[in-house]
Amino acid sequence: MLGLAALVLLAAVVASLAVGSRDVPLGTVWDALRGTATGQDALVVRELRVPRTLAGLLVGAALGLSGALMQALTRNPLADPGLLGVNAGAAAAMVTALAVLGLTSRLQLVWFAMLGAAVVSVAVYVIGSAGRGGATPVRLALAGTAVTAALTAYTTAWILLDQRTFDRFRFWQVGSLAGQDAAVVAQLAPFVLVGTALGLSQVRPLNALALGVDSGRALGASVTRTRVLTALAVTLLCGSATAAVGPVAFVGLAVPHLVRALTGPDQRWVLPLSTLLAPGLLLLGDVIGRVVVRPGELEVSIVAAVLGAPVLVALVRRRRLAQL
Amino acid sequence: MSVDVRPGPLTRPTGVADRARRGRTLRGRTGARFSVRLEGRTALVCAGLLAALAAVVAVLLTTGDYPLTVPQAVSALLGQGRPADAFVVTGLRLPRVVVGVLVGVALGVAGAVFQQVTRNPLGSPDVIGFTHGAVTGALVVLLVLGGTGSAVPLGALVGGFANAALVYALSVRGGLQGYRLILVGIGVSAVLIAVNNYLLTRSRVEQAQAAQLWITGSLNARGWDQALPLAAGLAVLLPVLLVLGRSLTVLDLGDDAARALGVRVDRLKLAVLAAAVAVTALAATAAGPIAFIALAAPQVARRLTGAVGSGLVAAGLTGAVLLLLSDLAAQRLFSPVQLPVGVMTGAVGGLYLCWLLVAQWRRGLG
Amino acid sequence: MPSLPRRRRPAPVPAPAPTPETDPPVTALTTSTGPTGPVRPGTARLRGQDLTLAYDERTIARGLSLEVPDGSFTVVVGPNACGKSTLLRALARMLKPTSGHVLLDGEHIRSLPSKEVARRLGLLPQTASAPEGITVADLVARGRFPHQKLLRQWTRDDERAVDAAMASTHVEDLADRAVDELSGGQRQRVWIAMALAQETPLLLLDEPTTFLDIAHQIEVLDLLATLHEEQGRTLVAVLHDLNHACRYATHLVALKGGRVMAQGDPREVVTAELVERVFGLPCVVVPDPETGTPLVVPLARHRSAARRGA
Repeated sequence: MLGLAALVLLAAVVASLAVGSRDVPLGTVWDALRGTATGQDALVVRELRVPRTLAGLLVGAALGLSGALMQALTRNPLADPGLLGVNAGAAAAMVTALAVLGLTSRLQLVWFAMLGAAVVSVAVYVIGSAGRGGATPVRLALAGTAVTAALTAYTTAWILLDQRTFDRFRFWQVGSLAGQDAAVVAQLAPFVLVGTALGLSQVRPLNALALGVDSGRALGASVTRTRVLTALAVTLLCGSATAAVGPVAFVGLAVPHLVRALTGPDQRWVLPLSTLLAPGLLLLGDVIGRVVVRPGELEVSIVAAVLGAPVLVALVRRRRLAQL
Repeated sequence: MSVDVRPGPLTRPTGVADRARRGRTLRGRTGARFSVRLEGRTALVCAGLLAALAAVVAVLLTTGDYPLTVPQAVSALLGQGRPADAFVVTGLRLPRVVVGVLVGVALGVAGAVFQQVTRNPLGSPDVIGFTHGAVTGALVVLLVLGGTGSAVPLGALVGGFANAALVYALSVRGGLQGYRLILVGIGVSAVLIAVNNYLLTRSRVEQAQAAQLWITGSLNARGWDQALPLAAGLAVLLPVLLVLGRSLTVLDLGDDAARALGVRVDRLKLAVLAAAVAVTALAATAAGPIAFIALAAPQVARRLTGAVGSGLVAAGLTGAVLLLLSDLAAQRLFSPVQLPVGVMTGAVGGLYLCWLLVAQWRRGLG
Repeated sequence: MPSLPRRRRPAPVPAPAPTPETDPPVTALTTSTGPTGPVRPGTARLRGQDLTLAYDERTIARGLSLEVPDGSFTVVVGPNACGKSTLLRALARMLKPTSGHVLLDGEHIRSLPSKEVARRLGLLPQTASAPEGITVADLVARGRFPHQKLLRQWTRDDERAVDAAMASTHVEDLADRAVDELSGGQRQRVWIAMALAQETPLLLLDEPTTFLDIAHQIEVLDLLATLHEEQGRTLVAVLHDLNHACRYATHLVALKGGRVMAQGDPREVVTAELVERVFGLPCVVVPDPETGTPLVVPLARHRSAARRGA
């Protein structure tokens, strides 16, 4: 199973380096990577495709794992990392940075998006844990919905008032791997790594909680600690991914499903495999986006939604689902 | 409280239930042919909402860049007074207010119907996905076909209905379950959002921003051209919903219980959802897809009236008051900048929902 | 809860000893008359004919026929997943049979107007849920829905029916309480009151005693028996407890795998052999010391093991 996922990943990486508006022969790709080739093709591979592929790997892994964690945390097969308000927070912070502070550099904007995602996740968690009973998954989802609505209004107000901000924002909002900067990738990599380590460390408590809060406690898992650490990992992972490439729907939702269909519900398989399979699928989606409307490109988030939504609908039609 | 064999129940004095229930019964002389139930607190709340509505309308008609006194505005409405006053009141402000009231009522009622059918407070037309289809339709007209004016609402109408029909078709499987409807709606919406984002990025920035304004929903520069078709459409659809609404109250006993009481559940759901989608569509053609009113108004109305289920009348009036208040704030708060009302409803609605959730959880509910 | 007076049957007669002649193996019953039951054709307002019942692709029953004798308290029993609730849902037109018909007063139930059916046939489903905050009186009043019209929303007839329903279930004192606040037994009585307010001559109940403790179970069953005896309503209930079924039913239907294994007066049809055949449970059947009806006593572990091994 791991081998299969690794194979998909490898194929996707190769395709991502070679295929595009300008197809590069595999030999040239290899030479370009070793630094022995020169010329236009090698330049394209080194300067454009390598950062883009790296971003895809990072973002894909982050989205896949955070989706699997979110679904394990809420015990809801339809939970999306965006439910915690991460995307809305990143968007609001981006707009503030663009419109109020006049920042334009991608490197600076990434930090703002990250900060916004983090602040909003904390706010959602605080709202969700009001009163007795603490932050149950349902409450987190509801609080996330409410906060998202308010922040979206804020974002909309800015982009309607300021055309320049709108122009930047509409391209960020669509979610794309194109035009990645290697420096951005390098900046976000530590966050993704920490988030991944944190997320994977919660495998066993999440497995225990999968049987219900009471059974989980009876099995010795600390409910609160598991929830807080998992939510933290989700924020780190999903926040970095959104900051880097904008909101990408459905990868976080659909990949864990695919994995569960293959392996069953054991988190020891679901979490690592989601982390491994998601970047492969994301890169394949990106490659499809580069090919279908050549010489133009379709953003990866659009490809993901168009391919992922039928999976979701089929899933919803197929069986009874846990109530949100 | 033991159960034993007592004499036949019919010998007991009657009226226990009637006294314990809320509200009064109005009967014709014979009591057999005509009897309508009215509920005291709901009636009172509706009267209060009407008064609030009148007050906001008065403020909206008299204030602004061209202030008027209430008598001046009244005489302008009656066709007397200075021509300039008449132009400002009946030509500019009144149609905007009328559109606002109608759209608010439409969204409030449609939201109440959706929530009742899905038995879920999140079951609003926004969530189930009429709105995103309407946006896609409008964007296609604006950005792809280069249409303007009346073509945009038409595109929205087509897109919205196509979206609703698709979601419905994909959700029906051995009857219509509210939960499945919501989830399929989320899935279809995601695709439409992607398409919308795509369209926004593939056009000139001025065009895209104009489209974004339409998407947000606004009452700016709305005139009689929008008000009259909206009024005509609602005059047909709202009575239908009010009549069907009586059967809706039985639905919240569960589908089987409703069927046992003689409600044709699936047919009823299809009929009221179709009518509610049509009402939402009318509202969207007049003012764009305004967020959150359909979600919040029934919830607010329910807490005001204390009634079980959502009274459609109270929900509609609450929607109108909320929308006009939001419009007032959107016009005045950041003056001279005129924000579209959709921004305000989203912000107010989101914050309100936060407050509502926290308040409920503090009291140990939910 | 206060004490629960035991209800006695009017004339307790000793149960007939389980004899072989009462129990010729009745398999694949597709005729409408049971082996021993007092079913006379033409006295059943509600009957199912040759029903095939299925959810999606899963078939629950094939060629199932059943008559509900008028004026009976019919109880349907059987092991889990034998199709009891499915049959009840089909009889109450909740589920459309894949083939076969349900007849109400000789007419196809699906061809009758839905409200018309609701004035003759009531159902208390398992899935009923009270809307948050609704009061008892309001919930019971919802039962009058099939009798109401747009301009005739609350007649004196409605008022009388609701009062009568609340009186016979003894929930008048709870009239203005919220349903959420009630105990399980009280809540079940309120739901029964709602179904009674519908004033239907036929009333179907899907596991009305589930989730209730033993005292509340007896309370609800006593109530149903009273309704049956005093108001002459025809009742059909799905029950889990075989001994309750034997004590209260005037007509017992035993289902297994979507087939009627036996039906008739419980005193005549319930035998150790039948229980073992339907439930796979080795037991002895003795007369109930209170009512004389059959009482099913499972065999102790070693004896039942010995019997299984035999």
